[in-house]
Amino acid sequence: MEFFIITAIKAGLVAFVLLTLAAYLVWIERKVLAHIQLRIGPYRVGPHGLLQPLADLIKLVTKEGVMPAEVNKFYYLLAPFLAVALALVSISVIPFGRQIEVFGYKTYMELADVNIGLLLILAISAVSVYGIALGGWASNNKYSLLGALRSSAQMISYELPMSIALVSPLLMANTLSLREIAEAQAGFYFSVIPKWYIFQAPAPQFIAFLIFLIAAFAETNRIPFDLPEAENELVAGFHTEYSSMGFAAFFTAEYVNMVTISALATHLFLGGWNPPVVEPVAGFIPTLIFFGAAFFLFFHGRQSVATRTWDRFTFPVFGGVFLGVGAVFQVPMLKEALGPLFWFGAKTGFILFLYIWVRGTLPRFRFDQLMSFAWKFLFPASLVQLLVTGLVVALKE
Amino acid sequence: MPATVPLSWYLILSAILFGLGVAGFLFRRNIITVFMSIELMLNAVNLSFIAFSYQLKQVDGNIFALFVMVVAAAEAAVGLAIILTVFKNRATLTIDEVSTLKN
Amino acid sequence: MDAILFLLFAAIAVACGINLVVQTHPISSAISLIGVMGALAVLYLLLGAEFMAAAQMIVYAGAIMVLFVFVIMLLNAGAEKKRNTATFAKIFGVPALVGFLGLVSFLIQKEMLPRTDHVKFGGFVDKDGKALGTAEAVGNALFTQYLLPFEVTSILILIAILGAVVLARKEI
Repeated sequence: MEFFIITAIKAGLVAFVLLTLAAYLVWIERKVLAHIQLRIGPYRVGPHGLLQPLADLIKLVTKEGVMPAEVNKFYYLLAPFLAVALALVSISVIPFGRQIEVFGYKTYMELADVNIGLLLILAISAVSVYGIALGGWASNNKYSLLGALRSSAQMISYELPMSIALVSPLLMANTLSLREIAEAQAGFYFSVIPKWYIFQAPAPQFIAFLIFLIAAFAETNRIPFDLPEAENELVAGFHTEYSSMGFAAFFTAEYVNMVTISALATHLFLGGWNPPVVEPVAGFIPTLIFFGAAFFLFFHGRQSVATRTWDRFTFPVFGGVFLGVGAVFQVPMLKEALGPLFWFGAKTGFILFLYIWVRGTLPRFRFDQLMSFAWKFLFPASLVQLLVTGLVVALKE
Repeated sequence: MPATVPLSWYLILSAILFGLGVAGFLFRRNIITVFMSIELMLNAVNLSFIAFSYQLKQVDGNIFALFVMVVAAAEAAVGLAIILTVFKNRATLTIDEVSTLKN
Repeated sequence: MDAILFLLFAAIAVACGINLVVQTHPISSAISLIGVMGALAVLYLLLGAEFMAAAQMIVYAGAIMVLFVFVIMLLNAGAEKKRNTATFAKIFGVPALVGFLGLVSFLIQKEMLPRTDHVKFGGFVDKDGKALGTAEAVGNALFTQYLLPFEVTSILILIAILGAVVLARKEI
């Protein structure tokens, strides 16, 4: 009975954090893209645009939801629902940290500790093609249908190299449960190099990581693979006819998928929640980072240019908040629970930043270039990589 | 309501799904729906295999079901290619109208 | 708990199966078939075959049915037109089917109920207590005892790829 209560609490917490993260990921993306393009990005709504996601949400909710005349109503309404539901389900097998003990209950920081966890994520990403395919088809619009077909073809084509690139760390892990994979990457070589799968002997997985990242960009329909849904191609592709909450649903599903795949890459290649330096030092690094950010904010708050009057007030406030968070990381009871969470969040955040960085830098592929890249280059490369890894692991035994 | 489910219920479910698949195969005229009824029959058989695998406490039933799945995948690929060709040549998806060999 | 889950997902499977046969538009039939496959995946989980449940979703619902949905969308298959069914078939069709399936169910129940076990979640273990439906067990059997069929199916898939490519290419 208490298992259900604990799981319900965890599920509520994870859903809340995930949806907030998806919303603020939009803010981060707009800010980072803006700075890459030498402009400022959202600035006016709240301090430095921090309330922009809230404004966007209010706009999307209050917008008129126009349903075109001749659409197939059931599938038109089913498609965004399917997209969001499946995106949110795949978070449930991703662990965020070690086993923690809250008020005497020992529980894993994970919603469901399944021993086929990785296969579950693959299964859900395979089925989430339908959200896009049905959405495009049900819109009764040639361009939506074309965009949906292209997007589905792209997603199922890139599932193959992604799955094969995922198998290589599994050869060394011997388990499909993500928690055990993360636990198998603890420890250090010569106390300097962490035993993450990307560095682990006998077969360091750099190429698999690269292949997985490229395939992940394609799976989530992000630049350079976002031809099916780009705003200036095919009239925005499969979500042309969706307005207000339908569009918000597809948008949310895309960002939540990004977070899931980044978390997956973190667990399989970058060591999950294990820190990159040995333990005593690693305990201080989160605190140092937060204190450093706080001092930076205090310094800049005092020195603000006259036009940015709000910053003289908001920056020190945020600096104080960061000081508090940094201090929390040192509380001995919370340290062992929050430390792994911080490292997991930092690595996932790094990969998300990579997503946004690539978006600001690369042009997009044409569709035939995209498909031939998948089938003629990425798929054979992943197979060769798997063969080499298998050979090295087998020879070592 | 028993706490555990007898295995015969799984077999009954498999039989019902198989019967529905046969009904769809015999009564529908759209060739894609006929093909999907075949897939329904294959799924019902898979359920039967896995149920018996549980009964005999051997993993071989799961392996059989895996092979059935693989064969179904290959058959679906070739079958849909054939359907596309038939559509290209006859411009119809109704199996009643593909009847030029009839007198 | 097991019984509730079984009844729920069996009902979903049968409802989607009936929907598949009854619907006129092929896309509705395709979505119903995906529903059947999802329900069956949960039933496989209840029977302890967790690898097969995941494989069912990845291969069947995630690849084969995507292929079906693609073809339906590409060919722009519309709803089937109504046709004149014989009166005999209209009156006796559904009751005959229900009667036949009821007879089959009754016979299975009478024959198999005394001879089969009760399905408990977590009961799919061998004599030593090792779980049998895991990827490890399936992989072990697949690569030792069933290696030849495994390699033969890979050739089968190669033949299927060649066949599909030849059939679907443009005639120049």
